[in-house]
Amino acid sequence: MTDKLDIILNLNGRDHSIRVEPRKTLVDAIREDCGLTGTHIGCEHGVCGACTVILDGETVRSCLMFAVQAQGKTIRTVEGLADGKTLHPLQRAFMAHHGLQCGFCTPGFLMLAANTLEQHPDIDDEELREVLSSNLCRCTGYQNVVKAVRAAADEMRNPAKNPAN
Amino acid sequence: MNDTTRATQWIGQSVERLEDPPLVTGRGRFAGDINFSRQLHMRIVRSNHAHGKILSIDTSAAKAVLGVVAVWTAADITDIGPIDFREGPIEKLAPYRQPVLATDKVRYVGDPVAAVFAEDPYVAEDAADLVTMEIEELPPLLDARDAPGEFSPGKDTEATVLYQGYGDVEAVFRDAPHIVELKLTSGRHSGVPLECRGALGRYDASRDQLELHGAAKVPHRNKELIARMLNRPPSSVNCFESHVGGGFGIRGEIYPEDILVCAAALKLERPVKWIEDRREHLIAANHSRNQHHHIRAACNDDGEILAIDDVIHHDNGAYVRTHATRVAMMTCGVLPGPYRVPGAYRAVCHFRLTNKTPAATYRAPGRFETTFVRERLVDAIAHQLNLDPIAVRKRNAVTVDEMPFKRPLEALGEEIHFDSGDYHKLLDQVLEYVEWDKLNADLAARRANGEMVGVGLVMFVEKAGLGPVDGVRIQVDTSGIVEVITGGASIGQGFETVMAQVAAETLGTDYKKMRVIHGQTDRIEHGIGAHASRATVMTASATREAALLVRAKALDVAAELLQAPVDTLDIVDGEVVRRDRPGGPSISLGKIAAALSNTSKTLGGRDPGLSADGYFHVEHQVYPYGNHLAVVKVDPDTGGVQVLRYVIGYDIGRAINPMLVKGQISGGFAQGLGGALLEEFTYNERGDPLAVTFADYLLPSLRETPDVEIILTQDYPSPLNPLGIKGAGESGINGVGGAIASAIDNAIGIPGAVTELPVTPQRLKAILDARLKGRIHG
Repeated sequence: MTDKLDIILNLNGRDHSIRVEPRKTLVDAIREDCGLTGTHIGCEHGVCGACTVILDGETVRSCLMFAVQAQGKTIRTVEGLADGKTLHPLQRAFMAHHGLQCGFCTPGFLMLAANTLEQHPDIDDEELREVLSSNLCRCTGYQNVVKAVRAAADEMRNPAKNPAN
Repeated sequence: MNDTTRATQWIGQSVERLEDPPLVTGRGRFAGDINFSRQLHMRIVRSNHAHGKILSIDTSAAKAVLGVVAVWTAADITDIGPIDFREGPIEKLAPYRQPVLATDKVRYVGDPVAAVFAEDPYVAEDAADLVTMEIEELPPLLDARDAPGEFSPGKDTEATVLYQGYGDVEAVFRDAPHIVELKLTSGRHSGVPLECRGALGRYDASRDQLELHGAAKVPHRNKELIARMLNRPPSSVNCFESHVGGGFGIRGEIYPEDILVCAAALKLERPVKWIEDRREHLIAANHSRNQHHHIRAACNDDGEILAIDDVIHHDNGAYVRTHATRVAMMTCGVLPGPYRVPGAYRAVCHFRLTNKTPAATYRAPGRFETTFVRERLVDAIAHQLNLDPIAVRKRNAVTVDEMPFKRPLEALGEEIHFDSGDYHKLLDQVLEYVEWDKLNADLAARRANGEMVGVGLVMFVEKAGLGPVDGVRIQVDTSGIVEVITGGASIGQGFETVMAQVAAETLGTDYKKMRVIHGQTDRIEHGIGAHASRATVMTASATREAALLVRAKALDVAAELLQAPVDTLDIVDGEVVRRDRPGGPSISLGKIAAALSNTSKTLGGRDPGLSADGYFHVEHQVYPYGNHLAVVKVDPDTGGVQVLRYVIGYDIGRAINPMLVKGQISGGFAQGLGGALLEEFTYNERGDPLAVTFADYLLPSLRETPDVEIILTQDYPSPLNPLGIKGAGESGINGVGGAIASAIDNAIGIPGAVTELPVTPQRLKAILDARLKGRIHG
């Protein structure tokens, strides 16, 4: 159990060469071995979604995977969402619409929403509510999360309206 | 004492939060994100038995694991007493405090028995699994209504009996034309923040400083408590708050784990990190709410409540933790809510211990429970006397002419004085907003068509702004950035933004040029923290006091430097300007700060630094108020309840940032929805907890949570502070249990059907099935 393996994790376009036990979860490896602590641990059994990352274009719970299973895949975390100093439309919208309070669940919601909007830019309100029901937030009561994601979706479809452009 | 009418630049504006940029980019710093060089990782071994005598504990196998540095049981920390009360010693309750590690008995599943310290968190967990213990099982006590059992030799599990009241209850009941009686239960649930608890202890021998990182809510109070428990001078202990992933009353109290990381940092001379997992959180962090009420009201024919007599069995779980009897005592004091109850009142609370997780405060402690109980009672009075429930509420609610309204009961040690407000006006606003008569007619028509839909409404009074005093230090650096150093705490509510808005308003600067400090006990001597919806009322008022002093000092220096009378000067965007000469000479706050440096030639006889300390004192809390209204639909096949619509009317006095106030309300509502319908810590007959994951303990997701319609009024600014603030944190959750219970009654057409929260599908299905049987057999 304690024999360590050398693996490479590709996070936000950058390779991290790490040495981990086979049993180490992906989220622990991202946080402890790669030093990216924006991905949070809320329940360790795949319910809350605070640890959501995008792995080869799919949103996954990084608490339910082992780090060794993620070798050779591309992983996106909240740290890679902004383009340099330019925030992603979702990040701006969460701020503008007060879509976060304590901010602990926020990285998970951002990654869930980012992947959803990239793959389904024309998602309707009902489908969006369905998707966003897969993560838990304890502070906001969700209504501003929905508003923020809806606003970002509209902006991403009409980038001309993007105030940063 | 109010300056609420002046035009404002920042106060009252829904500006974006200062907190957000790091949080949306993954650069937050929560407890789990903090690491120190050479740190050890702690894992707690917990009791798997609800009640039993500890015969032996074997740590040898755990100690033999490579990477394990130490394994402690109670025998290793005999110099550390039980977790003490936040407010200081209470002799009668002292025997019921929780040991840091269980000594002779275990009293709930989750009770800490041993602590493993290892080089790696996985190794610590492996080793913890190897700690074995022999426990002689004792019968668990699981219902606070059952006869008390033995807590320890000579002490039974009824730790105390609390009382609040006035008047001759027996006489009023004897003469009253009507008596209405109910038995009601509020279920066991809790705050359950998304971030589990975390604590890091570190000892710096070079300076003899002990540090607790991951502190929250009440860091200054905890500094004192840790010093007391570890027998150290308070000046050698400091607490550091970082980002906190939700507080809700339960996070930030001192628990056994906080003391253990501190004690281990001292004894093992290495930093010690502990991060709780979710199962631990659900069985070890404070639970709340579990009370049984047997309540009676004496009434007149018109529904006037003459007297209330309530016997409460408060289930506090296994021990009395830092809050002592706070929730139970508050329950006794705030139960009458907005209603007059002129004749007599008596609340007797049996404060009892059971073999379940210890309980303490959770957002709106004593109010979520009592609004449910009181408003059930009012509905029952209306039904029994065949009166309109709204008319009964209006008959009893205190009127604006009776303000300020004093009641010989107490909340948090202060006599209750409702400071201001018009409860009737706000109720009418809510009724008008929903078109009450039309809404009821529509729902009746839908019920006639076979749908189970209904509406319920409650009135409530909140309380906020617990004193007695808060202090803030404001200092401007030579670049013009303003540091607002508070003894407050941020648990995710937007504390920094609100303080910055108030400081910016008073000083005449941009709120974004503020650096708001909280929860750092080495930056300011005094602080109380963030609880009892006190932060905005108390800390923002102190911020204003400090900002006024800094402003005066800045203008005094500027008058000298600009050679202009003080009364011609103003501060605009951080620049002191002459009001009478637009575009004329000006000087920035940064330059004034430089002119006040200790080596400056312009310092003169002044104290150096553009800085000041401001204090704000109060004698009484403030009492905001509101209404909750729920429209629900019941599925007769499953007993499931869907909330179709939810309306909250709330008078905040004055909102510093309405967007954040509404955020507090909608977030509180979602938690209340959980407590009303979904969330419950259940146990089997052996006292094994059955809700130990998020698959069993159901937090509301977006799917269950409708948008809240919020009617936020500012009709009655509080006369008790200069900004008129009344506090927002607990208004969204207060009435949810009561409103949804009432709406369910209405939907299923059985008055008084709901007697217990949460109204799970199983409970509601049982109610519906019982009615069906009654019909078949009746």
